Amino acid sequence: MGRKILFVTTDQQRYDTLACNGGTLSRTPVVDGLAADGVRYERAHPQSVVCMPSRSTILTGQHPSTHGVWMNGVPLPGDAPSVVEVLRRAGYRTALVGKAHFQPYFDPFLRFEENLLSTEGTTPHGGSRRGFEHLETAAHGAMGPLHYCQWLLREHPEALGMYCRAIDDSLQVSAAAGGDTGAPQVKVNPIERGIYHTDWVADRAIAWLDSVDADEDWFCWMSFPDPHHPWDPPESEVGRVDWREVPLPAGYIEDRHAREAVLDAKPRHWRAWYDGTLVSNYEAPADWVPATLTADQVREVNARNAVEVELIDEALGRVLARIAERGWAEDVDVVFTTDHGELQGDFGLLFKGPYHVDALMRLPLVWRPAPSSRSGGAPGPSVVSRPVGLVDLAPTFCAIAGVEPPAWMQGKPLPVDDDDAGARGFDRVLTEWDSELFGTDVHLRTLMRDRWVVTAYLPGTSHDGTEGELYDLVDDPLQQVNRWDDPAVRPLRDDLVADLWDAQPEVRPDRLALEAPV
Amino acid sequence: MTARRGSMRVAVRLACPPDTVWDVVGSPERLPEWWEGIESCTVTGDQRTVQTRSGLPMPEQLLTIDSSLRRFQYRITAPLFVEHLSTIDVHDLHDGTCLTVYSVDAEPAVLALVISGAARAALQRLPDLLGVERVP
Repeated sequence: MGRKILFVTTDQQRYDTLACNGGTLSRTPVVDGLAADGVRYERAHPQSVVCMPSRSTILTGQHPSTHGVWMNGVPLPGDAPSVVEVLRRAGYRTALVGKAHFQPYFDPFLRFEENLLSTEGTTPHGGSRRGFEHLETAAHGAMGPLHYCQWLLREHPEALGMYCRAIDDSLQVSAAAGGDTGAPQVKVNPIERGIYHTDWVADRAIAWLDSVDADEDWFCWMSFPDPHHPWDPPESEVGRVDWREVPLPAGYIEDRHAREAVLDAKPRHWRAWYDGTLVSNYEAPADWVPATLTADQVREVNARNAVEVELIDEALGRVLARIAERGWAEDVDVVFTTDHGELQGDFGLLFKGPYHVDALMRLPLVWRPAPSSRSGGAPGPSVVSRPVGLVDLAPTFCAIAGVEPPAWMQGKPLPVDDDDAGARGFDRVLTEWDSELFGTDVHLRTLMRDRWVVTAYLPGTSHDGTEGELYDLVDDPLQQVNRWDDPAVRPLRDDLVADLWDAQPEVRPDRLALEAPV
Repeated sequence: MTARRGSMRVAVRLACPPDTVWDVVGSPERLPEWWEGIESCTVTGDQRTVQTRSGLPMPEQLLTIDSSLRRFQYRITAPLFVEHLSTIDVHDLHDGTCLTVYSVDAEPAVLALVISGAARAALQRLPDLLGVERVP
């Protein structure tokens, strides 16, 4: 019997939403406890700041350029490599409960198996898909054909209309105003907490774990859809955080002129989106103008986000309690992270897009190794400050399982402390963005190394390929001073950019097609 | 183009005479044979109603079936669409191959993307269905 793996992801969660990372809005004692007993990473970056490419990186252990899912709406091929298949072949029982999103959601023809499966059961055709023997899916509410929606339709049809309508009548991400402040994607949701998707994911994960024999090894990816917008947690829980008492985030510049001056020093698509003249991607409401965002709206969004983060923490606590009841507590590795961040008011913006700053790139990542592994020499609690990536998760799972990581994985097993990270060359982490939507294309390549984040722009609709961003994370932790054109750091910039291009991953030769908006 | 209206185009080149492709894509009742996710369809006059795998009925108006031009055009008239026009053209490349082009214009824009994505997958099924090779 080996180590079991509980892999917990949230969706669109910032680093600073966890108390163990300095967050002050949410109470997250469960994840904080895992961090106190395990490894907490201070510089974990995604390889893409949107869902499908990032999740595909987690699954394949490859960068987006290599696995080919270059933007949301590009389906990951069914035969793409999968760490879960590696584990399954090594004898692990495998499940994904919650948000998958390796294939698009917009699917009126039910062409994609992830969507089709919800009408057929929880066991994929042939016994597994991407290595998962059990797939039970959910997303951000009651829309779509996923298992959670089907369950709501059967058991609680009255709840279907309670969720925020994330998509409007024109099939755009809704800009409808809600809550007390008229913030986009905020809604009072009268749904009973016990049937909200966060608790449903935990319930279904527990049900699957209960189906596993005590002496079997297992990998369970428990994938919470929150705190991704819409921000519509159960009304009964909203009072946990009074938005009127929420401090504005450090990244929100209250003075409009100062805020716009910061935006103007960045490549032009930043200001264009803020002004509502350019929406380069589908991940934000096309009809919403960020310049209209008020301080109170930021407070209300962040309050609701904090409530959702707390609900996830409590749901995780329930699952860990069940794991302990099963007698597995000593043998389970728990990895907690998310797929990408959320702007949450930084620079006067919400949601996400081609903006490679900490709001979207600095992620919560905690690994609590199985306590039983400590007797084998596994290290004690630690903090890793060197850069790591979600691309490193797949080889980490292999290492936990005692399986040699396949050659197609591009990352390395996560370091357990900074000494380990230094010895094994955790010096840099890459993030990339490509989007092409109705005539607008944006392409970014980013490297984080030492104390610097550098982003180079490739030619696109708004850029000629000479633009860039360069931030000193020590002197400018909020990334408000773009030093790309600062002659004082030009040699450093040149070195970082050269490193960025040298480090680019292999590019998939056949470009995968965009087949849906998301 | 406006932000609300989308225009997309997908294509496939096959190693066969154009009429081989046209026999399928130009026959409105044969749609379920090559379009994944369409369970059935009924054609009455210039009206075609498609039943998708998700159970969504999709009413369409057939606009053009021109065998000499090898052009097929239709509109989806479901309320979800403010506007839609799809055009399938089968071009003879006069080298033993043909090019089938599927163009979609729709409002809301995202529906152009959804339809063209499904159309791309449908075109990719043609080689197996017709027993011909795809030309890169």
